Order: sequence, then C-alpha cells, then structure tokens
Amino acid sequence: MSTAVKEKSIYADAFREFAASREGEPAWVGRLREGAFGYFEELGFPTTDEEDWKYTNVAPLVRKAFPPAALGRDEVEVVGVETFVSAEAGRSRLVFVNGVYSPEHSSREALPPEVTVEELGAALAGEHGEVLWNHLGRLSGERGNAFEALNAAFLGGGALLRVPKGVVVEAPVQLLFLTAPGETEAATFPRVLVVAERDSRLDLIETHASTADAEYLTDAVVEVFVGEGARVTHYKVQDEAGSAYHVAATRAEVSKDGTYDLTTVTLGARLSRHEIEVVLTSPGAACHVDGLYLVGDGQHADTHSLIEHREPDCASRQTYKGILDGKSRAVFNGRVYVHEGARGTDAQQSNKNLLLSTDARVDTKPQLEIYNDDVKCAHGATVGQLEEEELFYLLSRGLHPDLARNLLTYGFAEEIVEKIRFGSIRAQLDEAILNRLHARLEA
Amino acid sequence: MLEIRDLHATVDGKEILRGINLTISKGEIHAIMGPNGSGKSTLAKILAGHPAYEVTKGEVLFEGRNLFELAPDERAREGVFLAFQYPVEVPGVSNAQFLRLAYNEKRKHLGEEELDPLEFKDLLAERAKVVEMDASLMSRSVNEGFSGGEKKRNEILQMAVLEPKLAVLDETDSGLDIDALRIVSEGVNKLRTPENAVVLVTHYQRLLNYIVPDHVHVLYKGRIVRTGGKELALELEEKGYDWIKEAAAGA
Ligand SMILES: Nc1ncnc2c1ncn2[C@@H]1O[C@H](COP(=O)(O)OP(=O)(O)OP(=O)(O)O)[C@@H](O)[C@H]1O
Ligand SMILES: [Mg+2]
Repeated sequence: MSTAVKEKSIYADAFREFAASREGEPAWVGRLREGAFGYFEELGFPTTDEEDWKYTNVAPLVRKAFPPAALGRDEVEVVGVETFVSAEAGRSRLVFVNGVYSPEHSSREALPPEVTVEELGAALAGEHGEVLWNHLGRLSGERGNAFEALNAAFLGGGALLRVPKGVVVEAPVQLLFLTAPGETEAATFPRVLVVAERDSRLDLIETHASTADAEYLTDAVVEVFVGEGARVTHYKVQDEAGSAYHVAATRAEVSKDGTYDLTTVTLGARLSRHEIEVVLTSPGAACHVDGLYLVGDGQHADTHSLIEHREPDCASRQTYKGILDGKSRAVFNGRVYVHEGARGTDAQQSNKNLLLSTDARVDTKPQLEIYNDDVKCAHGATVGQLEEEELFYLLSRGLHPDLARNLLTYGFAEEIVEKIRFGSIRAQLDEAILNRLHARLEA
Repeated sequence: MLEIRDLHATVDGKEILRGINLTISKGEIHAIMGPNGSGKSTLAKILAGHPAYEVTKGEVLFEGRNLFELAPDERAREGVFLAFQYPVEVPGVSNAQFLRLAYNEKRKHLGEEELDPLEFKDLLAERAKVVEMDASLMSRSVNEGFSGGEKKRNEILQMAVLEPKLAVLDETDSGLDIDALRIVSEGVNKLRTPENAVVLVTHYQRLLNYIVPDHVHVLYKGRIVRTGGKELALELEEKGYDWIKEAAAGA
C-alpha cells in the first residue's frame, strides 16, 4: 500500500511536466491524459494481494520508478536498426527509439496512399483527430489496469494505423519499438491504435527490442478494432533486454465476420506481463490467439488473456506454449467467457509447457466460463518434460543426447513458429530459439 | 558381428526374454518370426538400447564389444539401426533436417566433414530413390501425419541414409501395400553388402520371398524355440504356430 502512495508522488511531478510539454494537442487529449492519470492514482500499482497479480510481483519495477524517457532527452544515434527490421516490412515500417519516433529509420514507401500509418503525435495534431477521438482508449480505458492508465497519461509515442473500407494492405506494417539504453534507466509508453475498416486486410508486426542490456520499463498498450469482414493478423515479438521490464496490454474488438489473429512471442525481459483481451462482438467473428514464451534463468513471463464470446456463432482458438529453462517462472491465465446468448460458440484453448529444468515453475489456469448450452468448448493445460519415446527415437538415429533434447525442444516451439506467415520473423525466432538452446543446429 | 548369449530381460519386473542365444555374421540375413507378444520387439529395442527394458542376465557382443556399455546414440553411430514397428512422430522437426543431423553425427563420428544443407539435399535425393520416397515428405515433420506405409518407408529411408552395419527391421512389412512392399524390399536388397547384416522381424512369408533369409528363427515366450532355413517360414505359413507351441510345452 505505502509503495503505491509513494509512487504516485514520483509520477505526479513527471506527469505535470509532461502534460505541460504537450501544449499543441487537442483539448480532448489533455482531458484523456488527466483522466487517465487520476485513474492511475486511484488504482495504484497492483500488488500480489490482487487475484490477477497473485503470481507476478511488480514491486521491483515500482521501486525503480523509471522516469518517462521522452522527457528532455535528445534523440540518440543508433546503429544497426536494420537488424531489427523484418525484411518483408523494409518499406512499410515505423521505428521508435526510446519512445521517440525516428523518421530517418521509417518508411511508408510500400503502403498505398489511402492507408494511414502515422506517428501518434502527428496524428493527434492532424487530420486524423476524429478517428482517434472515436477509438483511442475505448478498449483500454475503464477496463484497463494501472499500467494502461499510466500509458494513457504519458501518451505520445506510438502509431495510428487505419485501413479504409475494402483496402488490402499487401506489405506487413512493422512497428519497431527499440530501446537504445543511455545513461539513465527510463520508461517508454508505446501506444498503438489499429482501425481496420470493413472488409480491409492488415498484417501488423509489433516488435520490442533493445540494442544492449539495461534496466528499463516498456509499458505498451495496443488497441485493435477489426471491422465487419475485415482481417487483422498481428505478430507481437517481445525481445526486450534481459534486465528490462515489459508490461503490455493488447485489446481487440472484432465485428461481424471479422477475424483477428494474434501471435505473441515472448523472449526477453526479466519480468513481463501481457494482458490480452479479444471481444467477439457480432456473429461470425473469429480469432486465433497463439503464443510462445521462451524463458530462461531469472525470467518471469505472465500472460493473462480473456476471450469474450458475446454473440452467437463466433469461433476462437488459443494455443499457448511455453518453454522454461533454468530458474524461471511462467504464468498463463486464459479465460474464455461465453455469454448467455452466444449460441453456436466454438472455442478451443490449450496451454502446453515444457520444463527443461527442475527449478522452472509454471502456473497455468485455463478457464472456461459458459453461460449457454449450445457451445463447443475444449480446453486443457499440460506441464511436462520431453517425451521419452521421441527422445529415444532420435538417440537411436545417432543424435547426441544434448542435440536430441534441443531438437525436440525446438520442435515443440515450431508448432507456433511455423504458422507465422513471414519468413523473416520465423527466421528470427528460429535463431532466438536455437541460441537459447545453445544449439549446434543451423537452419 | 552380433552375438547374443543367454539374454534375459524384464520390463516393469515382468520377465519377457528368457534366455536368447543368437549369432549373426556379416553378410547374413536372419528372419525372426513368432506369435504376438512373444518378445520380438523387446529383443529389437534392447539391441537399440531402449531404457524401458532391464537386462537381467546374459550378454550381447557387437563386433566383439559389449553392446550394453554403449549408450543408444553410440550404438547408432557404431552402426546399429532399428526400424521401429511403430515409428515415432516428432512434431515440429522436419524430416530433412532430422536426417541431415543424424547423417552428420555419423560423419563426425567417422572423422569426416559434415555436409551443409545443400550438399545433403543431393545425397538425400539420391537415397530417397532407393525407397521411391515422395519428396513432399522431406519438408514435413518427422512421421507426423504420415500414413502407416509412409512411416515404414521413412524408416528404410533413414537406413539408406545411415548405412548401418546391423539393421533390425521390426515388422517393416506390416502396413505396406503390395507395391510398396516390393519397393521397400528391393530397397533393402540394394542396401545389402557383404559387410552388413539384416534382421527381419516379420509375421509374413511374403516378405521373405523378396528378401531371402539365410536363417529363420521362431521366438516364443521369450526363447528361440526353433531355427531353420527359409523353408521354415513356409512351413509356419502353412501350419501356424500350434505345433511349435506344443513342442515348446512338451520340452
Ligand atoms: N514397455 C512395456 N511395458 C509393459 N509391457 C511390455 C512393454 N513392452 C513389452 N511389453 C510386453 O512384453 C511382451 C512382449 O512384447 P513385444 O512387443 O516384444 O512382442 P512382439 O513379439 O513384438 O509382438 P507383436 O508380434 O505383437 O509385435 C508383451 O506381453 C508386451 O505386452
Ligand atoms: Mg512387435
């Protein structure tokens, strides 16, 4: 309790200073900011006394009181940005360094002119004010947690993506949030709003990475509106520095016959928490929510997801897999909520975990809440070691035990990775996985 | 090449092999037949080093060395190969990648250069011809979703890639259609050399028309109760196992 009070005061000064620096913004943004900060102060940072945060203690990052990065800091020179860019998005990307938009590393060349892919600051001040006013904070606002409120209070760095009716965006859009650690440890507040209008198509790659190891906080919020018959495919790759903290929320709303496919890959950060909410609001809406977390010694990764079936005939599929090594910890809490009128619901959820060490621990809790009879729902969770028969099969072909174990672990992860449509992301993940496994295998 | 002496083995405390004696010389083909549950697969898996089975008595020498001193992967690199009765599915690992890794493990063991993916591709294409394996099965996960026959064919493809000294084929013929049986059998024949040996575990005389054994053994209740030439298989086909069981009971 006392820490929450203390932290308020730390962010209060920073907030006043930040709000004052954002003078050119429309008045409604200022009000949203003020409201969000008030809400944050009311909530305070969560503690392990709260059911939703029982297994994830944010006290260490609260104690750090990371100051907002955008305040009074010069743009840093970074080299090697290209190594973080997905090849397919070479000409359709926005790059942010320490929370600040970096025009020289960004490109919109491959994007059709009618598509809006704009840095949030410019969008707030410019002609897209109305889209923002209509959508920003609608999914994250009152339903959000303290970190989301803090993100809204320090809103500024991020992007607006809007695809008009019927437009198919061929090139995937990458949003790269890169931390180039400086002298101070800081917090960034990436914010993304995606509005895919009726019958449009968009592929989004959201990347969080760091050029060097450091302690810092990323507090990200992404809101996605999938219109009627639209399809949004969203890949989130969290590859933060090993000492970093990453707290994020992804909230989506899917209209009639729309599809939202989210794949999250969690590789980095000392502590990460990802809150996911997908609301299927009208008949025929569908979603896939897949994920892979790969954590090693000293890492803690928490995924909380909620998929809501509000109306009849919606489908959801969720497959989350975790690989835990060393002294690591993962939390998976997946709720599927089927409302009373949601007949013909088809929901599947699974969470499988592979423990490579006896010090690793996972708390998994898939939950189905069904208030309706006419549904097809399945869920399950497993926690286990490598399959003995599979291991023996590989050994019987002459593979050394280390190699055989690595290969099986890799295979476990591949079920998620191989579904990713973009080769560069698959390659990046393969490499990350193999590196983690100290592998001797090349692609 | 292989000498099995008075081999006894248990699984979960239950005795399954009860004194097996068998000598296999290089260049030979041995067939092992016998009723269901008699211990054929158990023997095969013990040779490969499966951890579920405990050897309680006896010894096995492979090229003069105590086989049980070698770990399963060492045995494989030394040239022991088991084609599984029920090949295991390995999700997420591509067949081509798996084959290359296995092949390179053997190369390293022999002190030879490893092959990179491109070089291996050529070798694999050539070996795949031996069993007329469909190329589309190379990029798929090992055995995952393969039909029964495709799995068996894949086992022999692995044999073709690894070129073992001793190959134990556990019911590789089961599940193969008539054409596939011929193709796979011809494949095995092509892989024969005067230096290697093959043990065929089978229920059917048909396979032995294609791959002609030098010796046929009947395993019953964990013992080899009869040994003969290829005509023994014909006799079994005709008369079944009852007479063998009776003889064994009388003994
Ligand atoms: N892992 C195990 N756990 C328990 N029992 C086992 C195990 N493996 C084999 N057995 C038992 O040992 C006996 C011999 O089995 P095995 O598989 O060797 O027979 P087989 O001769 O290959 O039969 P088939 O012709 O049906 O393939 C059977 O009774 C079987 O149930
Ligand atoms: Mg058998």
